Amino acid sequence: MSKPKARISFTVDGKKCSAAPGQTILQAAKDNGIYIPALCRWEGFKPAGACRVCTVRVGGRYMAACTQPVTDGMAVENDVPDLQDMRKALIEMLFVEGNHMCPTCEKSGNCELQALAYRFLMLVPRFPFQFPARRVEPAGKKILLEHNRCIKCLRCVRGVRTRDNKAVFGTLRRSRDKKISVDQVLASALTDKQARQAMDRCPVGSILKKEVGFAVPIGRRKYDKEPIGSDVEKARG
Amino acid sequence: MSKPVVATASLAGCFGCHMSFLDIDERILTLIDLVEFNKSPIDDIKTFTKPVDIGIIEGGCCNSENVEVLREFRKHCQVLISLGECAIMGGLPAMRNAIPVRECLEEAYFHSPTIDPSEPKIMPGDEDLPIILDKVLPLHEIVKIDAFLPGCPPSADLIWKALTSLLEGKPLDLSYNLVKFD
Repeated sequence: MSKPKARISFTVDGKKCSAAPGQTILQAAKDNGIYIPALCRWEGFKPAGACRVCTVRVGGRYMAACTQPVTDGMAVENDVPDLQDMRKALIEMLFVEGNHMCPTCEKSGNCELQALAYRFLMLVPRFPFQFPARRVEPAGKKILLEHNRCIKCLRCVRGVRTRDNKAVFGTLRRSRDKKISVDQVLASALTDKQARQAMDRCPVGSILKKEVGFAVPIGRRKYDKEPIGSDVEKARG
Repeated sequence: MSKPVVATASLAGCFGCHMSFLDIDERILTLIDLVEFNKSPIDDIKTFTKPVDIGIIEGGCCNSENVEVLREFRKHCQVLISLGECAIMGGLPAMRNAIPVRECLEEAYFHSPTIDPSEPKIMPGDEDLPIILDKVLPLHEIVKIDAFLPGCPPSADLIWKALTSLLEGKPLDLSYNLVKFD
């Protein structure tokens, strides 16, 4: 058996990049200063491949950059018009599938779904609005679960845990009926810091810490001035 | 050559987009040099008196009157623009979309805390009143819309840029800070 190489090389849109063996395409691209848009990914969590916004093309095949490991000599297509339009379509689907009323949302300006819509210059979704009937659910004493805005990225399921590593959130049902559920007892036991973390880990305004909405004025929020992904692209210089 | 004609309307909106339109401030003096206003709350002309080049509509459609006005606009306007979140996705009024209309009306006329219990409970149902739609709909789900300007409200700069680009026949070049949904 041959020893694995210390670094492997691959290309993204023809640009030469290098990666450590085992890195995902998304992580390796980021290390090379290339932004691949993603929504369900959170550094440190096991990738879920749930949103498919990070879809890239390798050898004519579509794959989620957050789950697919880089291989030596791989030629990744990322910033090409048809892929970008497909990603934009996925974002538009998420907008029509739930009830995303940005003007009324506490997360507006800090929301990753909205930020991606800005980055892709989404003026209007191309799909008909579904206006599903969904509820707002209290989740323990400190947080609210706003099902209207949930995109089922499963970040909360993967990453919001109590100190003894019990999952606070889970899922109910499948496919389009899939719904995030919350363990009320465990959610009540969350500390203020953990509740804040839970809110930050939700890419949209679905997990909200109570009594802190609209704290940052318009103009100073995360995505007011610069598109999502600017930090990765700036690192490239 | 006569000036291009502009018409505007507010359907199921709050007039905030029109207020933002007026926020173009002194540029409105340039605008009245460039265009002529027809049916619009800005000049209070109630009915179309000539064909219109640019129609601008804020608000979605929540009742039969909204739909009628929207179709009138489509008939008279060469270019029709959806202005703001409500026109584009229903906005705040669309928050009732998951609730049956009867339930909404009963809440408003029978159960609201400001209802005087000594008064008879009446739900307005005169045939002259517009019929409430079962869902508040964005404009482009009813007629063809040519351009979309998002925001709640869209900034005055976005409205100005869109209008001047259209008048000059240039494509609308949107910078990051102009497209915001809130």
